[in-house]
Parts: sequence; C-alpha cells; structure tokens
Amino acid sequence: MLSKRLIACLDVRDGKLAKSVKFIDTRDIGDPVEKAREYYEDGLDELVFYDITASSDKRNIMLDVVEKVAEQVFIPLSVGGGVRSVADATDLRLAGAEKINVNSAAVQRPALISECAEAIGDQNIVLSMDIRRVERNKEFPSGYEIVINGGRTPMGIDALEWALKGEKLGAGELVINSIDADGTRDGYELTLTALLAQAVRIPVIASGGAGKPEHLYDVLTTGKADAALVASMVHYGDYTVSELKQYLHDQGVKMRMSW
Amino acid sequence: MFPDDEIVSALPRVVMGETLAVIIDYDAGNLRSVQRACAEIGLEAEITADPERVKQADRVIFPGVGAAGSAMRSLCRRGMDVALKTVIDSGRPVLGICLGLQISLDRSEENNQRTLGFIPGDVRRFRFDNPELKIPHMGWNEVRVLKPHPLLEGIEAGDEFYFVHGYFPQPQDQADVYAVTEYESEFASAIARGNYFATQFHPEKSGRVGLRLLAKFKDWDGRC
Repeated sequence: MLSKRLIACLDVRDGKLAKSVKFIDTRDIGDPVEKAREYYEDGLDELVFYDITASSDKRNIMLDVVEKVAEQVFIPLSVGGGVRSVADATDLRLAGAEKINVNSAAVQRPALISECAEAIGDQNIVLSMDIRRVERNKEFPSGYEIVINGGRTPMGIDALEWALKGEKLGAGELVINSIDADGTRDGYELTLTALLAQAVRIPVIASGGAGKPEHLYDVLTTGKADAALVASMVHYGDYTVSELKQYLHDQGVKMRMSW
Repeated sequence: MFPDDEIVSALPRVVMGETLAVIIDYDAGNLRSVQRACAEIGLEAEITADPERVKQADRVIFPGVGAAGSAMRSLCRRGMDVALKTVIDSGRPVLGICLGLQISLDRSEENNQRTLGFIPGDVRRFRFDNPELKIPHMGWNEVRVLKPHPLLEGIEAGDEFYFVHGYFPQPQDQADVYAVTEYESEFASAIARGNYFATQFHPEKSGRVGLRLLAKFKDWDGRC
C-alpha cells in the first residue's frame, strides 16, 4: 500500500534558508544544505526548495544549493520559485531537482505547464497553487480564488477550475497552498484540500497552516491529501520529522517507517 | 603531458583492477541523480550516449523516465538497443530502472510500442475504479521480496522504495518476478533473468535501502 508522504519545504533566499510568515516577513534560519541533510537522515520522504530570491541575477545561487543538496540527499527533490520557462526547468533538473514546481508564471501563461511536461515528463511537473477563500458566486463557483505574487495579486480565476485545467495540461501533481492558513499554525485548509483532491486524479500535496501533528493527521484523512507539507513546525525545532511520522503512524496513517 | 588520452584513461582501470560502469544516456530522464547515488556508494559511473562505450562496459545501468515510444526511438536511433543486447548476451551485469525495466519487456501499452524483448511480457496502464487511487503511482511503497536475489539481499518487511509510474510491468513468466508491490493489486516491482536485473522503483531516490541495492549491484557478478 502506498504511504502518505511527509514533505518539508525550505524557502531559500540568496542561498540561505528563510521561512515566510503570511508571505510578508521572512527571516533566515540556517543553511539549506545542512537542514536538508538533517531531515533526510531523520526519515523525510521528499524535499521541496522554494526560491524566494528577489533579484534574478542571484538565481544561480539556487542552482548551487540544489546541486549541493542533490549530492547528499537521496530522496525526491522538488524545486520551485520563479520558474518561467522550459530553460529554467531544465537548468534546475540538471542541477539535481527531480520535480519542478511552477506557480505564478503558469497562471499567467498556462502553456508553460504543457511545455515543461513535454520537456521533462508529466510526473515531474508540479503545479503549485496559492489560493484564498472568497465568496462563492458565479465567478468563483468553488468559493476559492487563485492568487499570485505571494498572495498579493488576485487573478480572478476559480481555484477548482485552475486545478482541473492544470491536470489537463499535464501537471503530475498539485500543491494546494492556502494563503489564509499559511503561517497561522492553526491547521491546513481542509475543505479546500478535500475539494481539489477529490476532483483530480493526480496526487495532491497540502500546504500552509501546519502547527501541530494533529493538523497533519486531519489533512491526510479528512483533507484527502496524498502528502502533507510542513515548514516552520520542523524548521524551528518544535517537532522532528521522525516524531511527526511516528505520530501519524500511531494514528493509523500509512507512513514509511524504516529508513 | 601524455600523448594519448585514451590510453591514459584506460590505464588506471587495468592497473588498479577497476572496472568501467556506465549509465546509458538516451534522453530519458535525470541521469545525474543515478550517477550521484552511485558515487555515494563508491561506484564511479560514466554517463554515455555512445553505444561503443556501452559495449566496452563491465556493468551497465539502464535508467529512464518518460514515455515508451520516444524512449525506443531514441535508443534505436543511436544503436543503443544493439549495444545493450550485446552486453546482456555477454553475461555482464545490467541494472534497469523504471522505464528501463518497462522497455526491456516485449510490448508497452504506452504508445502501443513494441519494445526490446529481453524478458517476455508486456506493460499495462494502471486502471482503477476507485477514484482515491491516484495515477501515477507516486511515492513510497513496500517491496515484498518473493525469492532471494543478490541485489535484494538485506531488504526487510516494511522497507519502502520510491515509485513514479503510470504503467506497470507484467512479465509472462512468473519465474522472472523477484519482488512485488501492492497498488490495489500486486504488480512486479523487481524482475530478473540471469545477469539482467530491473526495478520499477527508483533506488537512487529511495534513501538508505535504495543505496544498499546499488551497492549490491556494484559488487554483483551477474549470477543469481
């Protein structure tokens, strides 16, 4: 039986680790390569790097980080943040990323998904979606809207519609990131996650809001997610990766328990 | 400094008793992750698109992700299919990974493609009535060893490996199946015949247990 996955997301700015809180303030919390290795050895199932470097001339720093991590971490490695073209995706793949996350650029130009899927394979292209809750109406039948630019720019696109379109264009996986829940540590957006997870046939990763182990349990059961993404709850040392996996395992969630 | 680079590069492996390991490059995926994992366990493997180099190799890794149709076209265009057959016939160890395994069978439902036919059988698409079973089969899943093989040594009940695939292998002869994995029903996740061994999962992305399998391959003499 397939295990649920625990994924840690490391936000990287100028080659250093940062964790966004409500997407506004960020502060450095360490060396990404060291952290990646630590989580890998503690049983992490998959690693995501998100490049939040503002200036594009510093983007090569990220390739360097990816390369160093890929040399010592032997689990799937996913990288996103600022991927705008097949060339960006290919560079990251060559540096050692398994999966490439696309987000804002795909909203602005959906063909990016199919181009990347064609170039690096469906299963390696992850559509990451930043989503906020809105009033359910004709424009937003699901009651959720796609936003970009770290949550600052609403796009007038219904989230469910975008998820289905992304799947059709060749995305192999979805990241559902709730802007409302992100950084709150109050739990994942379960309604949103379950809504999208049940609408698509591809795996779904829940993101945003994890603060306690119970939140992971909830999103992997009620929320129907295939994987739970955590950040601050492990970065600040409140919980370890293996503690979280042990908790989920004890609650009856199928997890990989030997590594 | 040296007049002939080729001789120089050939010297150490003769003198030191080292062997040449290659990873076949046919535009089918992220080969460097395979190369890095090999390096981690002390196997320096060369990535090559040159069939002659493959024919010279002492052991060969045949990886791959992507679609069966384009993979076959790319292999055959380079004459890599012939090179691979030569190595397999010679008894030298070959490790297939993921798509590498799938196109070693006779035929794939993906692109309705006729494939290499090293092992009798075909490749089928996952089809489920249960909408909760996602396609592709992506993530960590248990590999249950059916019978001993040198490369599967040390795998214990509960050990999981990383999978990403929408199609699964169906060898004709049950004797070729060495391990199975359950995704609604059981499918062959490791197959072998003689000096050829292949996994549906990705040992290079499967943490410690995956690295151990690669280390076993490094020391394997091609017999089981």
